[in-house]
Amino acid sequence: MQAGEPAEPSFFSDLNLDQLFSAITEGRDEYDLVPFFRIPLHSAAAVSYRHEVFRDLQAPAAAAAVTTFAEQMRTMRRYLAQARKLRYRYQKEFWFLDAAREYRESVSALAATLTGTGLQAPGLIAFREYLTGYTGSAAFAALTADIERVSSALAAVRYCVNIKGNRVTVTRYTDEADFSAEVVATFAKFASGAVKDYRGKFRNWPEMDYVEERITNQVARLFPDVFGGLDEFAAKHAGFFDDTIHAFDREVQFYVAYLDFIAPLKSAGLEFCYPRVSAEDKEIAAEAAFDLALAHKLVPDGGAVVRNDFRLSGSERIFVVTGPNHGGKTTFARMAGQLHYLASLGCPVPAREARLFLPDQIFAHFEREEDLATLRGKLADELVRMKDVLDRATSDSLLVMNESFASTTLRDARFIGERVLDQMTALGLLGVYVTFVDELASRSGACVSMVGTVNPDNPAERTFQIVRKPADGLAYAVAIARKYGLTYPQLKERLAA
Amino acid sequence: MKAFLMFPDRDFEPSRDLPPQEPELAADLELDTLLAAMAGGDEFLHAMARQGIHSGLTSPAEITYRQHVLADSVTWPGVVRGLYDLAVEGVGAQRQVFGFLFRDSPDSILWRSQELMRLYVELLRRLAGVAREHGPGFRSAGFTRFFTMLTDELSDDYFAEMEAHLADLRFRRGTLISARLGTGGKGTGYVLRRHPPRGGWRDRLPGHGRSAYTFTVAERDEAGLRKLSELTSRGVSETANALAQSCDHIQGFFAMLRAELGFYVGCLNLWDKITAKGQPVCYPVPSPLGGDRFAARGLYDVSLALTIDGKVTGNDVAADGKQLIMITGANQGGKSTFLRSMGQAQLMMQAGLFVAAESFEASTCSGVFTHYKREEDAAMEKGKLDEELERMSVITGQIAPGGLLLCNESFASTNEREGSEIARQIIRALTEAGIRVGYVTHLYDLAEGCYTQNTGKALFLRAQRLAAGQRTFRLPEGEPLPTSYGEDLYQQIFGPQHEPAHG
Repeated sequence: MQAGEPAEPSFFSDLNLDQLFSAITEGRDEYDLVPFFRIPLHSAAAVSYRHEVFRDLQAPAAAAAVTTFAEQMRTMRRYLAQARKLRYRYQKEFWFLDAAREYRESVSALAATLTGTGLQAPGLIAFREYLTGYTGSAAFAALTADIERVSSALAAVRYCVNIKGNRVTVTRYTDEADFSAEVVATFAKFASGAVKDYRGKFRNWPEMDYVEERITNQVARLFPDVFGGLDEFAAKHAGFFDDTIHAFDREVQFYVAYLDFIAPLKSAGLEFCYPRVSAEDKEIAAEAAFDLALAHKLVPDGGAVVRNDFRLSGSERIFVVTGPNHGGKTTFARMAGQLHYLASLGCPVPAREARLFLPDQIFAHFEREEDLATLRGKLADELVRMKDVLDRATSDSLLVMNESFASTTLRDARFIGERVLDQMTALGLLGVYVTFVDELASRSGACVSMVGTVNPDNPAERTFQIVRKPADGLAYAVAIARKYGLTYPQLKERLAA
Repeated sequence: MKAFLMFPDRDFEPSRDLPPQEPELAADLELDTLLAAMAGGDEFLHAMARQGIHSGLTSPAEITYRQHVLADSVTWPGVVRGLYDLAVEGVGAQRQVFGFLFRDSPDSILWRSQELMRLYVELLRRLAGVAREHGPGFRSAGFTRFFTMLTDELSDDYFAEMEAHLADLRFRRGTLISARLGTGGKGTGYVLRRHPPRGGWRDRLPGHGRSAYTFTVAERDEAGLRKLSELTSRGVSETANALAQSCDHIQGFFAMLRAELGFYVGCLNLWDKITAKGQPVCYPVPSPLGGDRFAARGLYDVSLALTIDGKVTGNDVAADGKQLIMITGANQGGKSTFLRSMGQAQLMMQAGLFVAAESFEASTCSGVFTHYKREEDAAMEKGKLDEELERMSVITGQIAPGGLLLCNESFASTNEREGSEIARQIIRALTEAGIRVGYVTHLYDLAEGCYTQNTGKALFLRAQRLAAGQRTFRLPEGEPLPTSYGEDLYQQIFGPQHEPAHG
């Protein structure tokens, strides 16, 4: 994968893709993943290459291996940075040794797990072959042996410091008795429950102060062989980090980040699929599709995520969405836009099943809340933006419009909407048009009417289902009075619970 | 070491959350008067009395355990109050050395803890003395266990051991700390060590004994000396922690003792005040949770008795086997007072207290709840019913089978037909779920409906009109009557020359 530094496309914020991608890449700043999410693919083959990598990484063993690997590599980088920062020789060497150990362990663990994993993706298979060769090399074996020898010698070092006034005496430790344990034993009979922690709160700077350095120098004199081994290790293994492994560590995070992000949603029962994609066929369809950004907000609080279907066949090109306010129209429009963009990134999409088009460009034309001051100014602004979009769009573009021209009269909105729809139809592009103007839904054979529905038994209750049917301008009844749950049957039920 | 004077097998929890309905109980049952009598002006005793009164013990054995400890306290009030004072002194000891605490410095924590520990050792000696002198006179299981424990645990040998530690913590040979190499080679795992016993003169010659490397930090190197003292702090930190925590534990022991004795001191205060008025009290006989026993002789409102000058006469109730006690009849005929005394007696019994009655026997309940008509916001009638329903809804979410609900003029904020229907459905559902209900009402439609449908599980009491000036009331059994005495009361207050405002 290659990534430049493309700017954020203008439709990201309207489709909530900006918050979606920042949630997906959250906590992964060091990998600089944002560019990956800004470059859509335009061929079915490229999409399928990523689908295969995603599929392989969804196998629990491979997923766990990659996650562990990434954590260890992060730790290693932190250690290396620390070693670079410090100035006392022994300290630099200690941190360097820790970094090398973390690196070695992460690479061998990854090699071991991937070898036992049935990979299908060509990209991953090639990397696994490289890894096998690398971990089998003599240099890697030497690194392993040296780490083990030096570390275990250091771990065995025990010493005592006696402080009397300004005199400090350093000796080897020889089983002197633990003072605090005796105090605890004497007063144990009073012990009861949790107590306050009186231990001093010491700031553990990574650096040693010079008293610590002087003590460490004495410890090194008490254990000359152990510290000599540490010096040798640092000199011999200075350049242990391999470039190919470095690149893999970054790129695989694109996949892992996305999979980690959708995992809790899948656990909550939401379905994802690998869509069939095409750069030619505009007969798109999806089942049980949902707004991924919204699901990410709702699921942690146990909120229900509404799923909707859509389908275009033959010469149908544009969904015209009408229905009650707060009935899920905007969400439907965002969902359709998100699905197409996510498909063009090669990602699994939030739907049970989907057949999607790879657009050359995506445009969003959303009502701008901030310009409420002058109606004429707002409408003019909207029209300018509309013209700009229609000038740039091609027959292969996707255009998502939300409550456009809602700031004007019904008559004007209908007039403008009809003209815009006609141009969209003439271009032959794919569109989603959310509007309060029912008449637009039946403008032409390219238009498909989608309507937000309400529960017939309780008109105040919105279902957020958007279904394919003629626009009907349904209104609602008033909300039903709240009950207190105190009737006999209700109480019987409550008290039995 | 545990006091275990409140429970045979566990600590009293003086800061446990009170039941959620506590504010309603306090207001509706006039608990403030009762608690004030127990506290005698002492804030701490007030808190313990409040916590204690809401103990909600449901096991007859646990109730009896407290009754016996209380009976010992009534026999030996001087000893019990003396122990309480000693516990108060123990809790306050840390204030004598607290001023020397420098935050986060193990050195000063260690120093302060040694000072404090010396005070504790002295108080413990006195406590052991009381146990030896007075222990044999006490009879209850609670006090007997407590005094035996003090005598066994606080032996002369033990006092000697504590003092030896305090002497050793002066570090005459320097602070000896062991360590290993941690992250980045920094020392870690610091443990304070006892110096090994001194060897002979040979150890001190060069080339003998252990190899040791010594350096000194220059006297004028203040930064270096500070680092050194930080290292010392790390070394003594665990030991300072151990000693400070031991102090906390001892402090905790005194605090627990103060809390548990505080409850009984409150009981003693109440005992003194009630018996001084010549009012009867009794140790109630509890039956297990889930039963339907409720029988009393001379049951009276303890808060009323504490408030008025004269004596208060109680009521006799025989409500064994009843799920519903419905009280109707004349206004100011003692209905509310009786309902209060029911709730008070139930709470006091389940706290291990004596009860304001000549005799009292009842099943324990899973919780006492009150739903009283609220006098405030009389302006909006519609809002009032909403408010009542909302409160009842909260109660039904909290009450469990075996609970006791006391309603005083509930659902009188709407018209009689509506209020009665709402109440009937609630009463039926609650009693069927095994909840006992005491209900004071003047809703005739409600009372009459309950009376005609009574299957023997309901008891109906009716307040009588009393002669002028009479302040004590009797509530005999009686079926609900269609008229309340509101009209009479009106005439009584406004005088017979006025026409009544309502028919």
